Amino acid sequence: MSLSRRTFLGATAASFAAGRVFAASKAKIRIGLLLPYSGTYAALGNNITDAMKLVAGKLGNKLGGREIEWVAVDDESDPAKAPANVNKLISGEKVDILTGPVHSGVAMAMMQIVRQEKTLTIVTNAGAQAVTGQLCAPNVFRTSFSNWQTSYPCAEVMLKDGRKKAVLMFWNYSFGQESMAAFKEGYSKGGGTIVKEIAVPFPQTEFQANLSEIASLKPDAVFVFFAGAGAAKFVKDYADAGLRDKIPLYGSGFLTEGVLGAQGAAAEGIKTTLHYADSLDNGPNKKFRAAFKEATGREADVYAVAGHDTVHVLAQALDKVQGDTSAQKELIAALESVRLDSPRGPFRFSKAHNPIQNIYLRQVKGGKETVIGIAQKEAEDPAFGCAMVK
Amino acid sequence: MSFSLFALQVLNGVEQGLLLFLVASGLTLVFGVLGVLNFAHGSFYMLGAYLAYWIAARTGSLLAAVLIGVPVMALLGLVVERLAIARLYKRDHLSQVLLTYGLVLLFNELQRALFGNDVHGVDTPTVLAFRIPLGSAQEWPAYRVFTAVACILVAAAMRQVILRTRFGMRVRAGASNAEMVEALGIDVRKLFSVLFSAGTALAALAGMLAAPLTTVYPGMGEGVLVLSFVVVVIGGIGSIKGAFLGALLVGLSDTFGKVLLPGFSSAVVYAVMAAVLLLRPRGLAG
Amino acid sequence: MIARILLVAGALALLAVGFSGDRFWLQFMGKAMIGCIFAMSLDLLVGYTGLVSLAHAAFFGLAAYLLAGLSNAAGFVNPLATLPICLAGAAAAALVIGWLSLRAAGVYFIMVTLAFTQMFYYLFNDAPGLGGSDGLYVQERPRFLGLDFSERTTAYFAIWIALVIVYLLLLRMLRAPFGHVLVGIRANEQRMRSLGYPTRRYKLTAFVIAGTLAGLCGYLDATLYGFVNPAQFSWRQSGLVLMTVLLGGKGTLYGPALGALLLTFVEHYGERVTEHWNALIGALVIAVVLFLPRGLAGLLRD
Repeated sequence: MSLSRRTFLGATAASFAAGRVFAASKAKIRIGLLLPYSGTYAALGNNITDAMKLVAGKLGNKLGGREIEWVAVDDESDPAKAPANVNKLISGEKVDILTGPVHSGVAMAMMQIVRQEKTLTIVTNAGAQAVTGQLCAPNVFRTSFSNWQTSYPCAEVMLKDGRKKAVLMFWNYSFGQESMAAFKEGYSKGGGTIVKEIAVPFPQTEFQANLSEIASLKPDAVFVFFAGAGAAKFVKDYADAGLRDKIPLYGSGFLTEGVLGAQGAAAEGIKTTLHYADSLDNGPNKKFRAAFKEATGREADVYAVAGHDTVHVLAQALDKVQGDTSAQKELIAALESVRLDSPRGPFRFSKAHNPIQNIYLRQVKGGKETVIGIAQKEAEDPAFGCAMVK
Repeated sequence: MSFSLFALQVLNGVEQGLLLFLVASGLTLVFGVLGVLNFAHGSFYMLGAYLAYWIAARTGSLLAAVLIGVPVMALLGLVVERLAIARLYKRDHLSQVLLTYGLVLLFNELQRALFGNDVHGVDTPTVLAFRIPLGSAQEWPAYRVFTAVACILVAAAMRQVILRTRFGMRVRAGASNAEMVEALGIDVRKLFSVLFSAGTALAALAGMLAAPLTTVYPGMGEGVLVLSFVVVVIGGIGSIKGAFLGALLVGLSDTFGKVLLPGFSSAVVYAVMAAVLLLRPRGLAG
Repeated sequence: MIARILLVAGALALLAVGFSGDRFWLQFMGKAMIGCIFAMSLDLLVGYTGLVSLAHAAFFGLAAYLLAGLSNAAGFVNPLATLPICLAGAAAAALVIGWLSLRAAGVYFIMVTLAFTQMFYYLFNDAPGLGGSDGLYVQERPRFLGLDFSERTTAYFAIWIALVIVYLLLLRMLRAPFGHVLVGIRANEQRMRSLGYPTRRYKLTAFVIAGTLAGLCGYLDATLYGFVNPAQFSWRQSGLVLMTVLLGGKGTLYGPALGALLLTFVEHYGERVTEHWNALIGALVIAVVLFLPRGLAGLLRD
């Protein structure tokens, strides 16, 4: 990884020095990657990157007839450094298309700049509502998900299971807050009552006090948002406190993504909703997972799928405009009409440029994530506050 | 809040405080005697937890992880003291802060290189994988009781060593007056090395005990480090008794802050610290 | 004399960047100059007064958030209104934190300032309505008399002027009796006290001045980027600027500014060299502490 990044960055500098050729047909297409390669989210950044390169390789390293030149910047998932890093890619490296990031805070910093500079941007993970809501822009697309999409559908699932009294518990940062807001919207619409909301400061992982509280409140179910280390610990603590068999646990899919191994038996039976599951039974998914495993030795995941789809989306659209990134209007129109048979199922963009996608209901059975149905078919984010939706 | 819930929250707070005490006691001892403020102390906690995961995953036993891991970390402490910390005695605080800050960055990379960035769970030992029922709806995991008891035992053992042994006497003398110890012909260098190594082992032990409770993840040391600072400031620098009181106070205020003031709970601990500073600027035991 | 010529030449070179019109370099060097002010203001504490503060990032972040709040909630865009308010906010916070922290001497001071920085971080991260970990936009950036500071060139010149003024101001202050008292406190506080100086009040004054200047940096940063985020409060930022001061050479004023410029470039290019970039920084810090305690300025002098 480090070697390849160094090489293409070297190439970058050389081509920059030689002066840029604007003839779209000949010049390489410069694609910026603003992703974490160090820090807590490094694994996510690497999976997105590797999937993008894998797909690009299958397409002959060309998009719309132009050879791809990657320009990667390690964003360290540090929003404080984000404005400088975005400046580096847009004004410094003059990328044609910007992709990334993982962290929502970095995405917000990025949005501020790309809205001004009109750089064509594909958000490959961060689920902040504003990206395709209040701040939506013609030049910004998202291939991952919105926070709303991962939580809203779970409300109906819980109500259908007959759980009408719920406690909410979440990390008190925007990802958690937005997930909760979406869930609440669906839950109260369907007639459920929320007994208590417990906000845990991010990224604290000491849950014991709150678990004692939940036990005494005795709700029908608990809906939570935690991810990564917090998710691993929460699920274990929940089982350790003896709550697993008494009060069923629901969550957005990030509760179990990538941490099932760490959670072990404690995760058994948890139901979650997400736009993807490793075990999805469709052709493109099986093909992609096998190829990813062969290329990297690792299992593909929801992040890798976003990388996979990003390159396919770009390939379709750029083919339509013969790789001419300067014709931005046509390119945006081409992106808007993209239809993809993705590993996650059918994929297309909404008017706000967020994916319209199936949200699956998954359950942990025998230590494995199994898909037990579709929680919401072709879920479309409501895109509150987006001026492009009328 | 019902009485049983209140009692349970007290237990939660005490248990959290006891683990914090293990970390903070090493920090305060090293500062009290060696005069070095060690920012890398949290990294030892983090490395301890990762070692626990790594060894337990291979041997299937947390006990084996502790028996192998603690000596390994003590050795690491010895090496770090000889190579880096020893050059800081008599240097100003700025140098100490920065050099140990540099160590934090290095240890973070070491963890990345050795164990990767993934989150890992550590299983509780099967003997302790049961729950003790408390009241009607509550259950208390046996492993938490075990860690609480283990922390109390370690605290008691430390007290014995410091009050009753020759080594402890030297430590006490060193904490109050390092020059005098030197004048008495005690090998200060050796004393310092052993003490730093012991502090490292304590932090690592805390990380290992905590591993099944907290899971193991990158950056876990830094949160603990800042909380340990708060504990030491509340308790008074160099005082084991103070660290004990401070840790319990931090554990309890954090626990009750979460229940009573959700949303601002992380600020509660610092408000308590500010109050202590106002009333007793040199800490509770200072 | 040579040093003075070099300083003036450096300032003019920085000024020249402003006329380049290159969007990348304007923002890049603008950020670097903010780093210079930030490091110089901390040098007032670390290098001259002997106070190792880890609260510097808190004042930076606070002023940045104040600007965002004033712009978003009250629609204030005139810098003649927002700048004094933001600086006053940073100064007030520095007064309270400084007053509390200075009750504790030496190493306590370091830990307490760190803890308060962390408290600020959590407050701004958790409090409702402040954008959480996603941060906030500054909807309308400062503008007046036809000057729009969301323009990179305008912002750049504003930062350049701030840099020059802050440098001259600090220089003046340090050469005045006030500065001599601070240096005296660093060398031997006991003696200064027995000479009748209220040393704590002097230290608190220095702390508030430095905090206010850190606030100025936050204000400029929010103006340059139009974006604020709780990560700006993080203790890593405080640690980084502390390292900048030592790398440049504490107690020299121009040294920390030099350190900030150098680190900005190392950060920009260093990341291309290795993925284990943080290990490199860690090793650099350790090497500077052990082998170059007087920093770059010390090298230049020898």
